[in-house]
Amino acid sequence: MNSAVIVFPGSNCDRDLAVALRQVSGKAPHMVWHRDSELPEGLDLIALPGGFSYGDYLRSGAMAARSPVMRAVKEAAERGVSVLGVCNGFQILTETGLLPGALMRNAELNFVCRDVPLSVENSQSAFTSRYDAGEEIDLPVAHHDGNYTADEDTLDRLEGEGRIAFRYRAPVNGSARDIAGIINDKGNVLGMMPHPERVVEPAHGGTDGRRLFEGILEALG
Amino acid sequence: MKTRVYVTLKHGVLDPQGKAIHHALEGLGFRGINDVRAGKLIELDLDEGVDEAEVEAMCRKLLANTVIENFRIEREALA
Repeated sequence: MNSAVIVFPGSNCDRDLAVALRQVSGKAPHMVWHRDSELPEGLDLIALPGGFSYGDYLRSGAMAARSPVMRAVKEAAERGVSVLGVCNGFQILTETGLLPGALMRNAELNFVCRDVPLSVENSQSAFTSRYDAGEEIDLPVAHHDGNYTADEDTLDRLEGEGRIAFRYRAPVNGSARDIAGIINDKGNVLGMMPHPERVVEPAHGGTDGRRLFEGILEALG
Repeated sequence: MKTRVYVTLKHGVLDPQGKAIHHALEGLGFRGINDVRAGKLIELDLDEGVDEAEVEAMCRKLLANTVIENFRIEREALA
């Protein structure tokens, strides 16, 4: 599997993502700087890491979404290349318009940093095929702006089309319908607030994130 | 030309920061506050040739996230 991790000024989970991808796929991802306007040839997966790109100026993910590399990421996503956005990566995906809705300040205004129980809502996607539908998993979250918001029609459509990948099992940040992660209509873009890359080996204190990367590897070869 | 762009949350979008400010004001003893909404003010210093349509494009492309926010443009000679 050919993968790339996009690095923005202020990204801080880029190396964690790279380690997870290398461990699971056996191949180190390309690290692509935000100023690059072209991506390496033949990518199967593009990963947008967590962090505080551009210091969260204006809105979380807003500046990153307009950076040169994101034009190339958007084109690649439209061609069908898989894109995974974690935390700030999810915020960048909504700001880019590759995923619907927006991520607002947490309802209680506090930065939430802890393990949270999630349920896997859709186990049919390329990202979640190694989980069972309805399975309960634990992944860490660490964010200030994870409060997912969209209009009722959009929420109903996400729900109806099985595009909610993960849901919090108890309220974490005020997210509409406890949404923790969603998939685009074509099924090749996943955005999620929890961090699967932080729990891929027993030494991390959990391995529930590993199967996400294994599923991607299985789907993409 | 000085131009001001006001970015506010759309009606119906919950505003956690506005709510916290509301509670804080009441905690200070202020009464009669029905609602508080927090927004942003962005001041632009533009060449005379930049027209309103272009400022609107700036708002749609970057300054506001129109999924959750409205914007209002105010153009005036602020001296």
